[in-house]
Amino acid sequence: MTNKTPLYDVHVALGAHMTEFGGYLMPVRYTGEKEEHQAVRQAVGIFDVSHMGEVVLCGPKALEATNWLISNDVQNIENGQAVYGALCKHDGKIVDDIICYRRSAEDVFICVNASNRRKDFAWIQQRLATRYTADEVTAEDDSDQWAQIAVQGPKAIELVSKIYGIDLSSLKKFHFITTPAFIARTGYTGEDGVEIYLPPHEALGLWNKLLDAGKALGIRPCGLSCRDTLRLEAGLCLYGNDIDESTSALEAGLGWTIKWNKAGGFVGKEALLAEKESGLKRHLVGLELLDKGIARHGYALQSEGGREIGAVTSGTISITLQHPIAMAYVTSAFANKGTTVFVDIRGKRVAARVVALPFYRRK
Amino acid sequence: MSLVKDGLLYSDEHEWAMADGDLITIGITDHAQCALGDVVYVELPEIGKRLEKNKRFGVVESVKAVSDLFAPVSGEVVDVNIGLVDKPEVVNSDPYGEAWMIRVRVQNSGELDGLKSPEAYTEFLRQIAK
Repeated sequence: MTNKTPLYDVHVALGAHMTEFGGYLMPVRYTGEKEEHQAVRQAVGIFDVSHMGEVVLCGPKALEATNWLISNDVQNIENGQAVYGALCKHDGKIVDDIICYRRSAEDVFICVNASNRRKDFAWIQQRLATRYTADEVTAEDDSDQWAQIAVQGPKAIELVSKIYGIDLSSLKKFHFITTPAFIARTGYTGEDGVEIYLPPHEALGLWNKLLDAGKALGIRPCGLSCRDTLRLEAGLCLYGNDIDESTSALEAGLGWTIKWNKAGGFVGKEALLAEKESGLKRHLVGLELLDKGIARHGYALQSEGGREIGAVTSGTISITLQHPIAMAYVTSAFANKGTTVFVDIRGKRVAARVVALPFYRRK
Repeated sequence: MSLVKDGLLYSDEHEWAMADGDLITIGITDHAQCALGDVVYVELPEIGKRLEKNKRFGVVESVKAVSDLFAPVSGEVVDVNIGLVDKPEVVNSDPYGEAWMIRVRVQNSGELDGLKSPEAYTEFLRQIAK
């Protein structure tokens, strides 16, 4: 069954090319990927991300329970602060990558990937049932109660401040407010900006206000296509492409989200610790292709001598850097910056260089 | 609804063909460029290459997808639009004009009979949109 977000009609009215993604009909692009991508890098772009899922943990042990479920730490942060992390299985592989918003000591709001909403909720419920009573913590799938609009770009803060009549410039990165609205300084594009969570019936009003007030700033509605090229330039993982239940949080380069010394540990800690101690067999790396060609998910990587040493997980042509880029898992021996590898692009060997992530960093 | 130009013939693979005696100019349709999104690479055959009807003769690649190009007729490639290699975006902006891809000399112009008229292609697009 394919669902529609509260903004479906306006996407169609704007001439968006639609597609099915994560169980929802979503806009792929409106005016064109290049134009939308550049709008986010240079001005401001808005994204309908209402398809994302939201799971809420409530109760006196909400923080402790969240800490046990995820790689990162919500106990050592403030109310109004958020963290990015991985939900891991006992073997250290990734169920999902999520952002946890600490609303209070008894209330954690977790944004999960659209495609994983039901899986994540079931996983969380099952884990909690083995360790906590309902009086200690409960989990609710609140996804249907929330629409979400991302406003991203150098002019995003200015625009959203104007619309709400508040000054968001002092809102720190990965912090959020809940009045006058749930506005978080987070994003998936590598630019400054916010993600706004709001009731579905308010989404259309906000979307139109943003487009109207943002006209003078050069605002563009942006689809999933440029969302992908933006996040890839920013070196951010896409679940299903770069991370999944066969990739460990360490291999995927998410070790920085792991707070090893959390009280009570976390699901997957032992397996990840063992992996860390014995050394990783492969690493997710960034690649810059040295010749024409787009490396796509699944394309094989070869060494100079023709040995298969890995595979591409995501690839595109970087609109900002104007050359092809990719992320790939590669055998650890070849994972150092500057190593030359070869991507098999439909039978043609194209040279690529291992580079540090991200490919693009906002100045 | 995408643009279907008069005076051309169309294949099920969303290519167009313009006949001028035994010289056939070939490109992709507006529907095809729209479905692809921003085109970034075009791979075309060399002059002199022999093409076989319905076989792959090249590739058009967008950020999102790789699409094979299929020969709507058999024949020898006598001209290639090299300009598309440096300006692939022309495929999006002018699919029927500046983004012509190859010119082929056909031996058997009867092969053109299998292609669709503009009306038949328009109807075909309506059918597949359902």
